[in-house]
Amino acid sequence: MSAAERKIQKKSVSMPKQNPEVRIRNFNEVALGYNEEQALAEAERCLQCKNAPCIKGCPVEIDIPVFIKLIRERNFEAAIKKIKEKNSLPAICGRVCPQEEQCQKYCTLGKVGDPVSIGRLERFVADWERERGFNIPEIPASTGKAVAVIGSGPAGLTVAADLAKLGHKVVVFEALHLPGGVLMYGIPEFRLPKVIVQAEVDYIRKLGVEIRLNHLIGRTYTIPELLKRGFNAVFIGTGAGLPQFLNVPGENLSGIYSANEFLIRVNLMKAYMFPEYDTPIKVGRRVAVIGAGNVAMDAARSALRLGAEQVYIVYRRSREEMPARKEEIENAEEEGVQFCFLAAPVRFIGDDRGWVKQMECIRMELGPPDESGRRRPMPVKDSGFIVDADTVIIAIGRTPNPIIQCTTEGLAVTQWGTIVTDENGKTNIEGVYAGGDIVTGEATVISAMGAGKRAARAIHEYLTGKA
Amino acid sequence: MYPIVEKRVLASNIKSVKVLAPEIAEKAQAGQFVIVRVDEKGERIPLTLVDWNRSEGTISLIFLEVGVSTRKLGKLERGEAILDVAGPLGCPSEIRNYGTVCVVGGGVGIAAAYPIARALKESGNKVISIIGARTAGLLILEEEMGKVSDELYISTDDGTKGYKGFVSDVLKMLILKGYNFNLVYAIGPAVMMRAVAETTRPYKIKTIASLNSIMVDGMGMCGACRVTVGGKTKFACVDGPEFDAHQVDFGELIKRQMFFLPEEKLALEKWESRECCK
Ligand SMILES: Cc1cc2nc3c(=O)[nH]c(=O)nc-3n(C[C@H](O)[C@H](O)[C@H](O)COP(=O)(O)OP(=O)(O)OC[C@H]3O[C@@H](n4cnc5c(N)ncnc54)[C@H](O)[C@@H]3O)c2cc1C
Ligand code: FES
Repeated sequence: MSAAERKIQKKSVSMPKQNPEVRIRNFNEVALGYNEEQALAEAERCLQCKNAPCIKGCPVEIDIPVFIKLIRERNFEAAIKKIKEKNSLPAICGRVCPQEEQCQKYCTLGKVGDPVSIGRLERFVADWERERGFNIPEIPASTGKAVAVIGSGPAGLTVAADLAKLGHKVVVFEALHLPGGVLMYGIPEFRLPKVIVQAEVDYIRKLGVEIRLNHLIGRTYTIPELLKRGFNAVFIGTGAGLPQFLNVPGENLSGIYSANEFLIRVNLMKAYMFPEYDTPIKVGRRVAVIGAGNVAMDAARSALRLGAEQVYIVYRRSREEMPARKEEIENAEEEGVQFCFLAAPVRFIGDDRGWVKQMECIRMELGPPDESGRRRPMPVKDSGFIVDADTVIIAIGRTPNPIIQCTTEGLAVTQWGTIVTDENGKTNIEGVYAGGDIVTGEATVISAMGAGKRAARAIHEYLTGKA
Repeated sequence: MYPIVEKRVLASNIKSVKVLAPEIAEKAQAGQFVIVRVDEKGERIPLTLVDWNRSEGTISLIFLEVGVSTRKLGKLERGEAILDVAGPLGCPSEIRNYGTVCVVGGGVGIAAAYPIARALKESGNKVISIIGARTAGLLILEEEMGKVSDELYISTDDGTKGYKGFVSDVLKMLILKGYNFNLVYAIGPAVMMRAVAETTRPYKIKTIASLNSIMVDGMGMCGACRVTVGGKTKFACVDGPEFDAHQVDFGELIKRQMFFLPEEKLALEKWESRECCK
């Protein structure tokens, strides 16, 4: 049967999920993934377009039609190998990439029905491989060159994997006690199980990459010291981890967390298992989450699971402008997260112990579009109102981690604190490259990986004298 | 893993460990700290770098056993190891010759005051130290502080050693006696640092406090450690830990420090009941 004869299946195969009533009481993964039969049925839908528009939507250019064809042929091993030519972290990307804005956005089927669920298929083969044990590719003989990678988020891990596969010695320096960056400390277990992150990290270790934890570069060593200690090149992938606050009165009351603090406690420190784990977290009955991105959704859904009776997202724009992934907004709504649009806190009010108990908000209305293209929120005069909240989580954005920029003399930095590079990640210091959120500001896992890939290529050329 | 090469009990509940951590020893400076995680399920807790030996590659830490984390740390013996030690963190103290400096240390804060007093002494300052504790049995590092100070004063709340009263009372007495301090360092419980700041404020003596706020990552990524200094929010772990004591909102710091006390108590009870079943 040729593609043309094949009957077009407009609806994608839905992926089983944990029931909302059940899942808000646990931290287990919400989306359960396709089984083999479902994956085959979904792969069957692909039209195998000759011009493959999906590929141009993929920041790392995975050969999507080919891997889907291999799934159809039940050759899962070849399918995952195909993906891994371009992407070392497929089980992660299959779970957290915004495919609806990338590959799937360009899918031809999307014009008549649901696009092919490329992300779910990627996840399926990645999980299939992990359950059977990874294939480690052959590593070429050592080139005698050494690269220091700072930060073990998706950008750093990608650079490390790609350079190790080319025979360079790679040492990753990570400030925290576990590798993975946001994948470990930010994105919750119920969206991205930590054993999966650690399995993918172990794969990268097996490629010969050494990961040194508890090393805050800028303090334990500086970049000039790394270069002096025999590293031929350095890659900076330190991410955007500095939490932003609203700078309104009362923001330092107890019970007000940055989303990063809240999520680091819950994910990295496993506070949801307190007191079995030692790090505590305290969640009240009414939780207000300020902001409406992925981070806000993750915080809101975590708060529900920690026993909050009511969790609401407070956002200064309207539903249409919410930056979070659609799927995650839907998941949050199914779980009972409420939304309060066109409102912004102007002050927090505490009790005599210094704990937050209320916040004053004002109404906003939307004006003409701003630089970001979204309509600019403007305060409505005399519209103040009081909301009860005994826990507040501020999720209004994060800016670049500043330590490297402050301790590396001469490194060119923008006014927003991001590091200046060319399109291949080269900074103004010879042998020093950067990529991921530290260069772009807060972005996505896959864009950090894309930046890592380009930088790895440039570093390889630099080390082998081709640049 | 970071092996413990020496362990001492300084007072009931106050212990000192020397840990093999060559990279940290190499870089350590007065005023900095490390983040320690004792085991797989442990918290990340900040501990001041009390001493370091670059040729041995060791660092020394002193801690009061208050919660589960410090109790677990206190149970580790020589030859055992701490899972994670990250550092050195925080901005080093600004050490130079100020003239006459008064270093005030309270309780286990004396441990953090010691490297600063030593560095100030080495850079030519006249160092007057005041150390205090609740009671004589809890006073630590008397001998060490004596060695790096031109004069050493001691106070205890109950009068079992030295002056009866608070370290801030002794400071006030010295000021009234005519000591001309160019700088005062205050390190200890927040209430003590606030008392020192209030003592020096009328005399406009520049005073620095090393703030012990709650920390999680210790690297500027969570904001748990935020404090208000001069009306602005600062992160104690990366902007500090030292700040102008006259600008610090100590009331806020004290309230924020108490937020997790009920949880800490619960965790300790659970841990103790598990320990005694072993
Ligand atoms: C809660 C949350 C949810 C998100 N959800 C999604 C999602 O669903 N989909 C998506 O695509 N993106 C999502 N993102 C964004 C995505 O995670 C980031 O864009 C991506 O992780 C950036 O990768 P990175 O490698 O640049 O940096 P990071 O992942 O931030 O990693 C940087 C690493 O460097 C370390 N580091 C920092 N400074 C130093 C130093 N001086 N020395 C040594 N190590 C250092 C840090 O500890 C960290 O481990 C989310 C982000 C958050 C916070
Ligand atoms: S402890 Fe996290 S920012 Fe200071």
